[in-house]
This record gives sequence, structure tokens and C-alpha cells, in this order.
Amino acid sequence: MNSIHSCFKAQIGGVVLPGDVFRFNGSSVEEDSNIKAEKMVCGPGLRRNGDEILACKSGILRHKQPSMYWIDCQQKRYVPVKGESVIGIVTAKSGDIFKVDVGGSEQASLSYLAFEGATKRNRPNVQVGDLVYAQFIIANKDMEPELVCIDSCGRANGMGVFGAEGFLFKVSLGLARRLLSPQSEIVKDLEKIFPFEMVVGLNGRVWVKAKSIQQTLIVANLLESCENMTAQQRQALFKRVAEGAL
Amino acid sequence: MALDIGSPVLREFGSEQSLLSKPDGSATFMQGVRERSREQCVRETCEAALLSTLHPRSSLTLVLQVVHDDGSLLACCLNAACMALMDAGLPMSRLFCGVTCAIDAEGRIVTDPTAQQEKESRALLTFAIDSKEHNVMMSSTKGSFSIKEMQQCIAVSQTASERIFQFYRDSVKRRYSKML
Repeated sequence: MNSIHSCFKAQIGGVVLPGDVFRFNGSSVEEDSNIKAEKMVCGPGLRRNGDEILACKSGILRHKQPSMYWIDCQQKRYVPVKGESVIGIVTAKSGDIFKVDVGGSEQASLSYLAFEGATKRNRPNVQVGDLVYAQFIIANKDMEPELVCIDSCGRANGMGVFGAEGFLFKVSLGLARRLLSPQSEIVKDLEKIFPFEMVVGLNGRVWVKAKSIQQTLIVANLLESCENMTAQQRQALFKRVAEGAL
Repeated sequence: MALDIGSPVLREFGSEQSLLSKPDGSATFMQGVRERSREQCVRETCEAALLSTLHPRSSLTLVLQVVHDDGSLLACCLNAACMALMDAGLPMSRLFCGVTCAIDAEGRIVTDPTAQQEKESRALLTFAIDSKEHNVMMSSTKGSFSIKEMQQCIAVSQTASERIFQFYRDSVKRRYSKML
């Protein structure tokens, strides 16, 4: 296709380490199409420096048409990104903002007006220790991150305080993303065993609730064990659980 | 045990005064400076490899716990630090590894010496090697040696580092094998 793709082609789907360099021949590109500049998107873990691209994380190199490249990695450390939806824990109330722990390097702030239907008179009922499902509107390495529980139209759209009962646990960011992907096999397989509610934040926090505490714990344990299993191993385990005397 | 009254044994020690800004007076006192210098070596190597500009206003704590020490401890610490940073997914411009070389009384170079070999050695050199150009990022030496011997040690360490980098790659591959 082009010179950018050719330098990545051999490695796509393979493991890359920090310090791996992909070089593409900048000069030949200019000769071929001196007006149309080649566009590429460097996703997480890749950094462009002149005519070379540097991997700065370990993981699997992924590619999406036409020219999007990123590194899929199984890290646990979360860095806030604008627009991502996360599960936060309210840790403090101070004046008109709440401090929310999202698992990043710094606590995020959440205004009491950033809830559906909230006004200066009508404050939302949020207590310290509550779980909130919220979205980042400011996430910047130089500033304190800020969350909101409404979309651009002022609707809750699924966000807000949740989690009376249920169980919250942490998984790797990669697994959280896999759970959220629309064609996620894990969730489909698990739904066949018994019904449950689940909230997944991109910060690796997962909240589940099933009919009984026992079932909730089973779901939580199964999800945690999905981290290091192939599809066949997972299906075998789920089958055993479904057949078992649980 | 016979105690030599004339020259009691004290480890190296050091102190720093008024290093805290808020209290009226403060001081640190360190006994066993070698530990601190080792910490400094690991710290500076990590700082050189990390792209810390991507994470301003945040701190990073690296905990290295010695479970067992049979020589080449600093090299082992460097390798552990590198793998831990990689596991945390911190942005790094390159990887690094530590290699220790010991020069014994006959002038032979022993890589990755055991505690016994370290004790019998004339000189002990530890290098941190980077994965991109195989340059020396940090060196820590003890004992006496010639320039030629040092250069030989660097060359040996650079060769040995490739084995370690290959090991890094293999262990990351094993870790992601279920996801491929």
C-alpha cells in the first residue's frame, strides 16, 4: 500500500518492546506523491519522531485500515483520557465539587451541577464512598482531570451514582476494553450461565451484581480469571460452572 | 569475636542539614552509604530510559525488594526495575539491563559473578546497557583495573546484554501468548 505500512507489516499481531523502531523511507514518499502527504495515526504506545516511529510500551502491535496503528497492552496503570467513561469512587465533598478517585495519578473533580436535573437549589444526593459512572471532559497531563455525569444534551445517558449492593473489583485495562467491545465473547458466554448486571469503566474497574451474593462472587471470579485464558480454556471453564451444582 | 578496640568498624555514613523547608531545623543521617549509591544508580538509569515528560506532576515509586543475594545484586536490581517499568506500561524510549563483570586475581573476566566470586575478585564493574544502541548508560565500579580491562568488560557486557534483551522479549511474548 505505502511505505508506512510496509515497515509495520512484518510486526502486526506480534509482540513489540519499548525501544523498537520502525523506519519508513521518507524520501521515496515525496518522489511518489509530492503533494499528498501520507497520513497515519499513532495510537497508544507509539510515538512518531521524524521518519521513524518508536514503540514506548510492550504489547501487541495492532493495525486498522487505512493507517491506524497502536499497541495493545495488558497494563493496570490508568491514565485519564478525554471522553473515556470510568467508574470513580467519591472520596471527599468540598464546597461545590466532589473529589473522585478514578485510579489515575491524581483524583478527578466532579461538579455537583454536572448531574442530570441538578440546580443550585436541587443538589444531587451523593455521599462519600458512592460509586459514580462518569465521563472525562478535561483530561490533560498538565491539569487536574474533570468528570461529568451528563452528556452534551444535559441527559444522564446511563451515567451518575450507582452501585447499591453489587461488587466492585479491578481488572487490567486490556480486559476492561475486551469486555466493552460490542462483539465481546466473554460477556456473551457468561450471560448464558445466569443473568447479571455489569458496569465496566475504561479505568479497569468492573462492578457486577447478580441475584444472590454467591452468584455475584462467581461472576466476579470468572471475569477475573478470564485475564489469562484462551477462548477454549474459558469456554471449558464456563461449561463446567454451568453444569456444576452452583 | 575479638573486637579491635583501636579501630572500631563503622560503615560509611553521611548527613544533610536543613533539607526540609517548613521546619526550623532538620537533618538526615545515613549509615551504610553504599545502599544509597546503589539506589542512585538505579534511579538515574530509570530516569534516562523513561519518557517522564509525558507524566508531569506525578510521582513514581519503584520498590526493589531483595529476596536473596548471591552476587551481581546491582545488575539484578536494574533488570528487575526495567521489567517492572515495562509491566506498568510506562512510556520508555528504550529498555536497559544490568551486567556485572568481576576481574579475578589472574586478570580473567567473570560475567555475572556469584557472591563468592565477587569476594575473591580484584575489581567489580557493573554496567547498565541500553537496548537500542547497546551503549553504556551507567557504570559502577569497585577495585582497581586498567583502562583496557574496563573496555574489555564493556565489550563482554554488551554481548551479554543481548541475551538479557532476548529474555525480555521472550517473557513478554509468553505473557501475551494468550492474546495473540
